[in-house]
Amino acid sequence: MKQIDTEALARRLRRHALRMTHRARASHVGSCLSMADIMAVLYGGIMRIDSTRPDWTERDRLIVSKGHAAAIVYAALAEKGFLPLAELDTYSADGGRLAGHVTTMVPGVELSTGSLGHGLPVAAGMALAAQRSGASWRSFCVVSDGELDEGSNWEAIQFAQHFRLSNLTLIVDYNKIQSFGSVAEVSDLHPLAEKFRAFNWGVHELDGHDHAALVETLSGPPPREGRPTAIVAHTIKGKGISFMEGQLLWHYRNPDVAQLEAALAELEEVA
Amino acid sequence: MRTETIDALTAYAHANPDVMLLTADLGYSVLERFAEALPTQYANVGVCEQAMVGIAAGLALSGRRVVLYSIANFPTLRCLEQLRNDVCYHNLPVTVISVGGGLAYGAQGYTHHGVEDLGIMAMLPNMVVACPADPLEAMALLPQLLDRRCPAYLRLGRSGEPALHAPGTVIELARAVTLRAGTDIALLATGPILGRALSAADALAGRGISASVLSFPGFRPLDEAAVLEVARSHRAILTIEEHNISGGFGSRVADLLLTHGLSPRFGKFGVTDALSGQIGSQAWLLDRLGSIEDHAARLL
Repeated sequence: MKQIDTEALARRLRRHALRMTHRARASHVGSCLSMADIMAVLYGGIMRIDSTRPDWTERDRLIVSKGHAAAIVYAALAEKGFLPLAELDTYSADGGRLAGHVTTMVPGVELSTGSLGHGLPVAAGMALAAQRSGASWRSFCVVSDGELDEGSNWEAIQFAQHFRLSNLTLIVDYNKIQSFGSVAEVSDLHPLAEKFRAFNWGVHELDGHDHAALVETLSGPPPREGRPTAIVAHTIKGKGISFMEGQLLWHYRNPDVAQLEAALAELEEVA
Repeated sequence: MRTETIDALTAYAHANPDVMLLTADLGYSVLERFAEALPTQYANVGVCEQAMVGIAAGLALSGRRVVLYSIANFPTLRCLEQLRNDVCYHNLPVTVISVGGGLAYGAQGYTHHGVEDLGIMAMLPNMVVACPADPLEAMALLPQLLDRRCPAYLRLGRSGEPALHAPGTVIELARAVTLRAGTDIALLATGPILGRALSAADALAGRGISASVLSFPGFRPLDEAAVLEVARSHRAILTIEEHNISGGFGSRVADLLLTHGLSPRFGKFGVTDALSGQIGSQAWLLDRLGSIEDHAARLL
């Protein structure tokens, strides 16, 4: 497997997301930053994709069900050549195609999302399609912790184990903060890994910012033979920017000029 | 009508291996033949209509034409947003077949009365909506919907709907069929309630009133030319539907007439809110709405 320097890619994705949300005065930068490392690893070599052929039949599929994290999705696609990097400046702009919630108008996007709880059933349908046709491509889905409150996910979780969709991998961006407070306060998911195990899924639990752990897990065999895989990725909302980490505020606020400069400086220091 | 449609689907799926049928655990004694003949093109996903629509979208995005099967409200209202976002937003070839449309499951209570489905489905982008009146219309419409490779809704009755058309009648989605040619009033019907419209025309003839009867198998697209033609050639129009009169077939016809500056004497026969608390057989419930011929005669 060709795995590029995903740490460097993740830093670039974070810079893009910060600039995009600043320019567009858009929310959800915290939600983007928490999954930057997951996206960098997926696009950094795990997924079988080809930017010159976005519709290549044998490609792996990724559905980002937390559609509000659109900036980090477009940033990853632009870094991989699916669209020009300069187009990121048109995020949420009038007449543009980079909608504030993930849309298939952008090449490389598999499903338009934004209303929560939609992505996993669709990813499961894709996995069923591959299973029935004997295809080797994989189906990935990233959900937020808050959206696991939606019952449609649990319908799909039940379905996927019964149909033994071992080609389906769900990644939970478990950053512990949802729209109106902490997950523990709003609708506690603990013990999340145990819930997936009880549903007959194979489960990995890891630090969602640990690239080595993500690579090893995503490229290894399913932890439960013949069953779908859930990766409970413990993350930090706003990860990478000291004054954004763990703050509900940055679900909504966009960085002003000073905050953007401070944030970018932190990423430079790490680099 | 249900059995004939599934037979037509089975034949179509035999010839088109990209077709997949999903059910949310309904269709006992109806779907078995499909499942046994084409096991790799069939899946019972369990009682989960929301996930079923998402799964259908995933299959469609992977090159399949997907047919969903369930009872009236469950594959429509229960999963409305999945249809809207996952299927219609992406303009995917997913055909929803619902059985027991209208008041076919009348005695089961309001949860099973499918009386808002047509209007709501017809509001979704890219969605084609068909409401066949008899087995001939249903069997003719199914392949037309699948051939279109777009979101589609096919609303069936329950079973045992009588044939209303002469054998060999050509049925096209967006074309009304004239079953009686009259001069005074036009009775425009969609769905199996067409049978009652025909009876009403006979009763009106006994009162010296000449009524046309037209069947509209396509709810969206509507045969607009047929509506405009009868509006110009008749003194009155009565729309007839087994669906809420607000936002249904009658509303679509009224919209069209006003948009074209036509104002014939106009009435709508259909389900009102007053029926929502009542249970009874389909025939009994429809009788509660009054007589179609009286509605028609009052317009003249």
